[in-house]
Amino acid sequence: MNFSEVFKQSNHLCKVSPDGKYLATCVQYRLVVRDLSTLQILQLYTCLDQVSHMEWSSDSLFILCAMYKRGLVQVWSLEQPDWHCKIDEGSIGLVSSRWSPDGRHILNTTEFHLRITVWSLCTKAVSYIKYPKACQKGIDFSRDGCYMALAERRDCKDYVSIFVCDDWHLLRHFETETQDLAGLEWSPNGCVLAVWDSCLEYKVLLYSLDGRLLSTYCAYEWSLGVKSVSWSPSSQFLAIGSYDEKVRILNNITWKKIVQFEHPATIDNTKAIVYKEVDRRPAVVSDELSLHNITMGSTLFSTQSKYEICPLPVQIPVVKPEPDRANPKIGVSVLAFSSDSRYLATKNDNMATAVWVWDMQKMSLDTVLEHTSAVRCVMWDPRRPRLALCTGNSKLYLWSPGGCVSVQVPAEGSFQVQSLKWHCSGDSVILLGKDQLCLCYMDTDYEEK
Amino acid sequence: MGEWRATNAYMEGPDISSISHVTLSPSRHNHVPGYSLPLSRSSYSVISAFCTEDNVPQSISYLNQELAVLGLSMCIEASSAEGASLKAVPVLNTMYELLQINKRNMCALEEMEKEQLKKLSTLEHIQISNSRLKDQLELSMREKSGLHETERQLQLKIKTLQSCLKTEKEEVQKLQSIIASRASQYSHDAKRKEREAAKLKERLSQLLVDRKERKLAIDVLNSLGRSDGKRSMWKTAKLSASHESEMYKTLLGDYETSRKALILENAELKKVLQQMKKEMMHILAPRQQSTSGATAADDSQEQVESDEEKAGNTSREAFDHSCELAREQLLNSIRQQWRKLRNHVEKLDQVSQVHNQMESNKETIPLETHEDEMERMRQEVQQCREFIHAQQQLLQQQLNTSFDDETAALLNDCYTLEEKERLKEEWKLFEEQKKNFEKERKNFTEAAIRLGREKMSFEEDRAAWLKNHFLNATPFANRRRYSSSDGQSALSVRSEPEVRMSSAKAKRSKSPTYTTFSTPKPSRSSPVPSTTELYRTLRLLPDGSCSKHSNRGRWLETSTVEEGHPQIKSNLQARAEHRRRKNRYYRSALGKRKRTNTQRMSSSSNLTTMKKAVQQLRFEASINRVKVSQAAVDLQQFCLQNALQDPLLTGVSSSTNPFRPQKVCSFL
Repeated sequence: MNFSEVFKQSNHLCKVSPDGKYLATCVQYRLVVRDLSTLQILQLYTCLDQVSHMEWSSDSLFILCAMYKRGLVQVWSLEQPDWHCKIDEGSIGLVSSRWSPDGRHILNTTEFHLRITVWSLCTKAVSYIKYPKACQKGIDFSRDGCYMALAERRDCKDYVSIFVCDDWHLLRHFETETQDLAGLEWSPNGCVLAVWDSCLEYKVLLYSLDGRLLSTYCAYEWSLGVKSVSWSPSSQFLAIGSYDEKVRILNNITWKKIVQFEHPATIDNTKAIVYKEVDRRPAVVSDELSLHNITMGSTLFSTQSKYEICPLPVQIPVVKPEPDRANPKIGVSVLAFSSDSRYLATKNDNMATAVWVWDMQKMSLDTVLEHTSAVRCVMWDPRRPRLALCTGNSKLYLWSPGGCVSVQVPAEGSFQVQSLKWHCSGDSVILLGKDQLCLCYMDTDYEEK
Repeated sequence: MGEWRATNAYMEGPDISSISHVTLSPSRHNHVPGYSLPLSRSSYSVISAFCTEDNVPQSISYLNQELAVLGLSMCIEASSAEGASLKAVPVLNTMYELLQINKRNMCALEEMEKEQLKKLSTLEHIQISNSRLKDQLELSMREKSGLHETERQLQLKIKTLQSCLKTEKEEVQKLQSIIASRASQYSHDAKRKEREAAKLKERLSQLLVDRKERKLAIDVLNSLGRSDGKRSMWKTAKLSASHESEMYKTLLGDYETSRKALILENAELKKVLQQMKKEMMHILAPRQQSTSGATAADDSQEQVESDEEKAGNTSREAFDHSCELAREQLLNSIRQQWRKLRNHVEKLDQVSQVHNQMESNKETIPLETHEDEMERMRQEVQQCREFIHAQQQLLQQQLNTSFDDETAALLNDCYTLEEKERLKEEWKLFEEQKKNFEKERKNFTEAAIRLGREKMSFEEDRAAWLKNHFLNATPFANRRRYSSSDGQSALSVRSEPEVRMSSAKAKRSKSPTYTTFSTPKPSRSSPVPSTTELYRTLRLLPDGSCSKHSNRGRWLETSTVEEGHPQIKSNLQARAEHRRRKNRYYRSALGKRKRTNTQRMSSSSNLTTMKKAVQQLRFEASINRVKVSQAAVDLQQFCLQNALQDPLLTGVSSSTNPFRPQKVCSFL
């Protein structure tokens, strides 16, 4: 494992181009594009104000920089550095800006979700989509980039509009049977749209591309419902995490529940392995380690930690949520399938230090990773069943079916990993600190061994 | 009473006597009651006695009658016709008889009395028990009433609880209705708010459009081509239709793929089903043959069914594409199969139940048989014991009777013969070993002698050389000589006493204490390869990390969990342990070398020693170095570990010390 130098960044704005060749970072009002293999600066663009959002176009040719405060969007071309484009949303304001899948249109959401403006870079044309709903995930493009599903709210009713991304032709428009639609997500094969209600009601609706209601799923009533929804990359499973600390897996044929994963505070499942992060202070080194430490130079790191396999049963620390607060810190908020759909990683919010990995073939708990502090970010390797996570300290944690490891990031000063992103090849991870970033290169050769 | 009886008897006497005379005693023909009655009446009527002079015969007859009634055959006869005197013998006999009867009666009476007492006591007992039972009854009655009371209370409680439940339910319903009303109210309010918000939004957008102070605009240097290189098309109905068709195409494609997957899965399932069917038939078939006797009719039916199924199978295969038919047949066949299987299982269950019963029956029997068996065994054991005893006795007898010494010895030997043979074998083995030992000892002594000789020659050589040198070199003879001897012994610490020792007492070297004491010897015996190995091994631990450290500047691995392979860990630990042990040896050798170095430093600048030193230093220079810190830590560790065994620190007991001062040795 190798680590690069530390670079500056701001607002966690750091993205690898979709083709994996370039790395774009924003430092205040500057946009820096680097070659990922050499980390040399290729281009440097200066925006009009501090950038609040940055995004690569799908063909890796353009970079969008949005300055929400000013209601401005600037687009930069990698091939033609002198080409520029500036979109001014005017006094109507801007809260969200994104590329369309073809990389030639920009969708800007105005303040108060008044409308969505679609700007075409080809024809300079502008079109509006009215009544977008302000919700958790109100807009989603299908994986192949053909269709866009948009949640709308008209006359106190929820609607879903399906657009063809090519020419923004409205393909379907239908009302959904939701009280207050909270989000929608296309299945990876782009044929089924999952729509879920707000947390007040447990309701997941599945619509076909042509707007037919395929199925409705409701696990229980009254208490708080869906917290997170995720499709497996094979479109075979739909995982629903809810406030009752359970994950329910639906199948793609009957849309019925196959299995229900619970997150108990005491793990006594003998088939599961529990790895616990243990702090190892250099002061308490045994004789055996002393020799090792002298050669390694123990002065480099202050605290080390490692995973230890815990004998069952294991008690996982649980934080009781405050009952009189809104949005209680309870329930499954993170659901992530590995790229081969073999594993599912979950995080229960009232056990923030633990990450649960479920085996989707055996439909059972595989591993629990317990850490000393709350888990911030969990990401799967886009190629292999390998999980990277960070807990807001200076360590990177990796899990694979073979075992797990915690790695100290060898950066000067305090580099606390707040978030991380995988490179699309799975060979490196970008670690994002508060205002710094660092690349971590995985050992690529061990895969061949 | 007696009187009354007597009179009574007297009054009734004639009637009874007359009757008895007629009916009961026909044998007493000699009695003449006709005149005896008036006689007795006449003689005793006055004094009212039973017998008077007058009525002797009457009384006699009366007595006879009485006796006859009592069942006594004897009768009193008057000795004379008038009957004044009686014949003594019969009278006495009757008297005796009467007395006997009386006694018997008395006895019976006594018994009766006893019986009555007993009865009385039992009656009392019964009465007591009766009263006790009555008490119990009362108690139980009381208890019963208590229970009734508690039951009543419980029922009351249940009632109250039920009412509570009812109220709770009502409460719940009320609350639910409240919730529902609130929810509806909330949703209504939310809707109102939303409408307001929508209105506001509308107004806002209107205002923004109207004001146009800051125009929203796009400023592009030159517009781009589409990513697919095509030109955009006009929005027409045709286009929308094409979009529709596109959408349906994708949908169809999805359905196609899912259908294909389903078909594949279906085929797999069918295969599995077929296999299961086959196996089921296979399982069922042999059983049918085996139990053909009892369930012949059933079997035939089943066979018919299976035949049908086979037909169904073939037909199904033929009509595989026509779903409906196939499904129906499939379902039918499965149902039939299932029914068959269920029957079979039920039968099996029954059989097993019967079997179980049999088993249980058997289980009761074995206990008895077991006991029988035990008894038999005991008997057998007893028999055997007796047999043995008899044999022993016989033997003893034989010994006693024909007391021949030889036979006795033979008999005695009989017991120990085997043992003797075994001992002989062991003896042989032992002797062989002894021989081997002797041989080895001889070899050892020879070797020791040879060694002594070599040492002697070496000493001589040295003396000659020293002399030579002494004659040639500086006048500081003593010192140089000392140093040279030191130089000679540079290779070993203990070479000086060893030489002395070996020269003086070559044979002592065999003693085990010596061999154990000179443990560092093996490391010295192969110095060159082992030292290099030592360094290699010493370097081995940090090797990986060091190299990686140098190769990749920023590589740092804080920890790894070895993928849940404790064996590997333990293996590694074992290896590490082994390596550490090795290191200890090498380190000891190293330490010694250092010590010798310092000695050499202090010794004089003799040429040969210098040469040797140079050689040694070159050799040592060629050796790969370790960091002093590391070596120091290792040495320290080693020293601390072996401090207890160090004779310099703990001392050597004189009994085990092979180097204790010799009396004879005086070196001049």
